[in-house]
Amino acid sequence: MSDNIKEIAPPAEPGFWKESWYQLTRNRAAMAGLIIIAFFALIAIFAPLAAPEDPLEQTISARLTAPFTDGYILGTDDLGRDLLSRIIYGGRISLIIGVVSVGISLTLGGVLGLAAGYFGGWVDRIIMRVIDIMLAFPYILLTIVIVAILGPSLTNAMVAIGISQMPRYARVIRASVLSEREQDYVLAERSLGTGNLELMFRTILPNTLAPTIVQATLGVGEAILSSAGLSFLGLGAQPPTPEWGLMIASSKQFITSAWWVVTLPGLAILLAVLGFNLLGDGLRDILDPRLRD
Amino acid sequence: MLKFILKRLGLLIPTLLGVVTLVFFMIALAPGDPARIMLGERANAEQLAQLRSELGLDQPLSKQYLLYLGRVIRGDLGKSIVTQQKITDELTDRLLATIELAITSTIFASILGIVLGVAAARKRNSWVDYSTMTGALVGVSMPVFWLALVLIMIFSVGLDLLPTGGRMNVRLYFIPITNFYLIDGIIMWFREGKADYFVSALKHLILPTIALGTIPLAIIARTTRSSMLEVLKQDYVKTARAAGVPERKVVFRYALRNALLPVITVIGIQFGLLLSGAILTETIFAWPGIGKWIYHSISARDFPAVQGGILFISFFFVMINLIVDLLYSVINPRIRLK
Repeated sequence: MSDNIKEIAPPAEPGFWKESWYQLTRNRAAMAGLIIIAFFALIAIFAPLAAPEDPLEQTISARLTAPFTDGYILGTDDLGRDLLSRIIYGGRISLIIGVVSVGISLTLGGVLGLAAGYFGGWVDRIIMRVIDIMLAFPYILLTIVIVAILGPSLTNAMVAIGISQMPRYARVIRASVLSEREQDYVLAERSLGTGNLELMFRTILPNTLAPTIVQATLGVGEAILSSAGLSFLGLGAQPPTPEWGLMIASSKQFITSAWWVVTLPGLAILLAVLGFNLLGDGLRDILDPRLRD
Repeated sequence: MLKFILKRLGLLIPTLLGVVTLVFFMIALAPGDPARIMLGERANAEQLAQLRSELGLDQPLSKQYLLYLGRVIRGDLGKSIVTQQKITDELTDRLLATIELAITSTIFASILGIVLGVAAARKRNSWVDYSTMTGALVGVSMPVFWLALVLIMIFSVGLDLLPTGGRMNVRLYFIPITNFYLIDGIIMWFREGKADYFVSALKHLILPTIALGTIPLAIIARTTRSSMLEVLKQDYVKTARAAGVPERKVVFRYALRNALLPVITVIGIQFGLLLSGAILTETIFAWPGIGKWIYHSISARDFPAVQGGILFISFFFVMINLIVDLLYSVINPRIRLK
């Protein structure tokens, strides 16, 4: 009997992903994004090998050295620390922030969205009410306030970004659960006596992946931007951490004399976020044509 | 129509109540004793007890909540710990500075965004299209505070053309009339016969406007482009073209009007976001608005001020979104049928 049921296959079979990957490789913008992300990921992983110097080591005699002088490729900051090494280690921090923040939002939003969409009724109403109220706060403000309450630190910044971004994941996942819930393959599983939890997590959840991946890719980029902003305001990473936003904040008084200390970390942020946005836009076109803007 | 408006207004009350509740409990249940945080580690037990009773922190939480709710409904957001001023007064003093900047940024972003979006859609897959869309993508990927600093570096430090911050040259002494400095500048122009005030206000607005307007500009350009492409595919546009209506007229008279419907919603939402998202921009340009004030309240751990500030901005945000929704239903009657 179970053999017959298996024939009503869920839509997201392996062929769907293979086909999507093929389309992705043909989308030039998305591939550019993927290459940028891979580039940053590689330097982040091999930071100790890629960085020419220790990112925290101060050489006071070499303060504010211009790029391409005395062997400093990107110059030094106001404490004589090698800027290239700091940007490389900063990439490590930013990628971790992006992934952890999105991990937090995905977990929270996933559970809430799944429960709301699957159970419906009053569970749905209560959860969506809370989500709507959270969306009544402007995103940046909500993030700043949560960090302000928890206390400024990199960990709290990730928690704050994770919580603030959560509502959109809850919405995306709820919407796709609603459309999956009444599909034949779910009804078939249910008629076989599969329990609620197993139906939710094993049967339905994998089929909500496509729109979630799109949202998560764009979310990593936004998390990197937000954490840089928080650190710039002194609410995220603390000195001497080589975090990009903090690097800009702590050298902003030198913009009159040393253009590189502010410009270069900002370009690193721009490039990394651009990578995730390019890939996210491409994925959206491929995985979820309905969401195209 | 009336039914739709009433229904939307009916939804407003639970949302606002939820916002007040969330703001209250976020601050109330925050780890650490607010009195201790505000007074610092050196405060003695007596001072702590006094501040706690001043803030009502010695009451049970449920009672604190009801008291807070009661005060908020009466329009009382409490007093700032730092300045001892009423928070509503502090906010209204700064509101117009924030609104002025949000308006100029929205105008800048809308005009340029619509022009670029239409141009990109008309010349789809041309270099105009590619460069506009690449520019838009770079625009949304850029940290605003970094853009602000780079603008200062180029136009204030490098070229010495524009001021680095503030709203008006401090040497030009004047008493604000409307508190919109551009309008005040025009009034002074008539009164004193010199344009100095207006020019100074305008110069101070340019860089913050560009910094704050860049992300909305990118979003508006993208929305305009895709909406325009959608409309240009419609039958009535094809018919108009087939009937020999000049292309310019087809685009600007017939297509643009419909293409702008979703753009108007986006502009409204962006305006709401700008009122709140100005924390970074206002801080960098020393712009004396609500964003900078909230940042200083956070730095000073002035919790009643932070609480009042976010409540105020969120109310504003909810109201603007409501107005956008209602406006949209007026210009696009189809939405009401849902």
